[in-house]
Amino acid sequence: MKDIREDIAWAKINQDVMKSLENPRPLYWVILFFAVLAFGIGIGCEVYQYQMGMGVANLDNPHVWGLYIATFIFWIGMSHSGTLLSAILHLMHADWRKPIYRFAEAMTTFSLMTAGLFVMVHLGRLWQFYYAVPYPNERWVWPNFQSPLLWDAMAIFTYLSSSVLFLFVGMIPDLAIARDNMQSGWRRKLYTLLALGWEGTDRQWRNFRVTYLTIACFLIPLAVSVHSIVASDFGMSQQPGWHVTSFPPYFVAGALYSGCAAIITLFIILRYVFKFEEYMTLPILKKIVRLTFAIAMVWTYLNCVEFASVWYSHDAVSKDLLIQKMTGPYAPFWWAMIFCGSIVPLIFAIKRFQTNIPVLFATSLLLNLGMWLERWMIVSPTFSHGYYPWTWDHDQWPSMIQWGIVFGSFGWFTLLFMVFCKMFPSVSMYEVKEMVYHRSLHLKQNGTVEQGVH
Amino acid sequence: MSKRHLLALYGDFDQAEAVVRELRNTKINGFDVNDDMIVKSPIEHPEVERFLGDKPVYVQWFTLVGAVLGGSLGFLGISSAQANFFMQMKGGKPIVPLPPNFVLTYELFILGGVYITVLGFLICAALPAKRSPLYNAKVSVDNIGILVKAEEAAIGVLKTIFTKHKALEIQEEAGK
Repeated sequence: MKDIREDIAWAKINQDVMKSLENPRPLYWVILFFAVLAFGIGIGCEVYQYQMGMGVANLDNPHVWGLYIATFIFWIGMSHSGTLLSAILHLMHADWRKPIYRFAEAMTTFSLMTAGLFVMVHLGRLWQFYYAVPYPNERWVWPNFQSPLLWDAMAIFTYLSSSVLFLFVGMIPDLAIARDNMQSGWRRKLYTLLALGWEGTDRQWRNFRVTYLTIACFLIPLAVSVHSIVASDFGMSQQPGWHVTSFPPYFVAGALYSGCAAIITLFIILRYVFKFEEYMTLPILKKIVRLTFAIAMVWTYLNCVEFASVWYSHDAVSKDLLIQKMTGPYAPFWWAMIFCGSIVPLIFAIKRFQTNIPVLFATSLLLNLGMWLERWMIVSPTFSHGYYPWTWDHDQWPSMIQWGIVFGSFGWFTLLFMVFCKMFPSVSMYEVKEMVYHRSLHLKQNGTVEQGVH
Repeated sequence: MSKRHLLALYGDFDQAEAVVRELRNTKINGFDVNDDMIVKSPIEHPEVERFLGDKPVYVQWFTLVGAVLGGSLGFLGISSAQANFFMQMKGGKPIVPLPPNFVLTYELFILGGVYITVLGFLICAALPAKRSPLYNAKVSVDNIGILVKAEEAAIGVLKTIFTKHKALEIQEEAGK
């Protein structure tokens, strides 16, 4: 299994990454086409819902939250991968993250942007969104600062803006490389503007290092708090099935899990589409797979904790709901969640599958399906089987409009992500150089290589 | 007296380090090694700091101020909003409840910290910046650049030192 070569010329790193901004493989355009198509379907459904009202989404009492909120949590969860790869592994000096953290950070940003849309879609009356904004007004409408929903809004805003800044700051040296390598045209102007006049002086690098590290330190507790707060939206309510103490760590583990699974999917796609075989290597993929497996087992354990705490509690309604999930109309989806989330990742334990790209691609899609189902199984069953029998409604099914908007969100995310990867370096050039430099230095010190990099 | 710029490019850090050492040890009239020299590198390199010596970084002070300001202003803002909104039924509970406000304070602490850190970075790194008089794109590939600013009389000595250490390329600003 070949890893990144220590003797790779730095000019070649620049060339290879810059080439990805010019001519990707044709599959790129196919993906982009389907993304636009899916996004178009989502837009069509949203316009229809906007004009006709929330009734067309089949959201009613007791089913006030449906796929929109489930998918909102899914996208928030997906965003945690970027923080894991960029910030946590950065602090742990795991150098294998360097070729892949940029796209994970982009994933964080775009999945948060997608999640934010679902809040709007779920509100329905978009033209009255400003009612929810806390500013002095004469309507006597004022947000409740004690509500986790408001904490959520604040946490997501903080996370999104910090992630964008983290992504941008980390990209400045690469934008300067792009500026220096791009021929004249609007892209050169854009890179020149965004590079802020970076020249790699000792003063710039010194301050850059401290800044990047500081933001990374902020992002880790922020990421944990964001998903803990999302868990509080549920855990702090009295609804059956939600009032569980282990919800915050369960949500955080689920978030890291779905994020890692998505990283595997996108790793494989980018590796092929942008011809990054030399940088997104199989040993790196193997490490992500092992990390995902570990997180999958944590998630499975926390699932067991949740079920056990409901089962052995004296809350009969919550226990009824758990049985309802296992045996009622949601049972196929609930068991599919268990299968995809806890059984499928066992494939990762088998060594020969840890670098088998077709198997990993299919598995990562199944894991993501499982994680999406998990969010749906948190939200919808509780509304279908509440405290009072007269509120039970087991036969409600999300309308095609809901499904269409959920489908469209995947198109929107893919569109943003693929456009980003074509516009900006999705492999960090300067960090890959650092990685090969330090590795070659290490080898040189051990006397195994004769010559350095350049 | 007006000063001119000179940029020398080197293929590796050892050579660049040798040049900097010699510039430090040589007394050159019209050139101050601490103020008139900038080292440019394609990667964040600990060796550069080692041979240039420790220089202070102030970004973390911006971080501290930003985080403290974000947290305290956030708490005050939320508390005053709660205290002034009389329509919300409190039911005997505190007007300014500390546990929920802590969550928002925590978020705003981080928000302030991150924003002001980035501002501090821009100030401390002097960004956005105009392109320096001599710039070579090879610095963003794999070369180490040593940019010096010196009076006319010192230019010759500097060039000799750069050439002695096998500079790959020497760029000179046109005379004024």
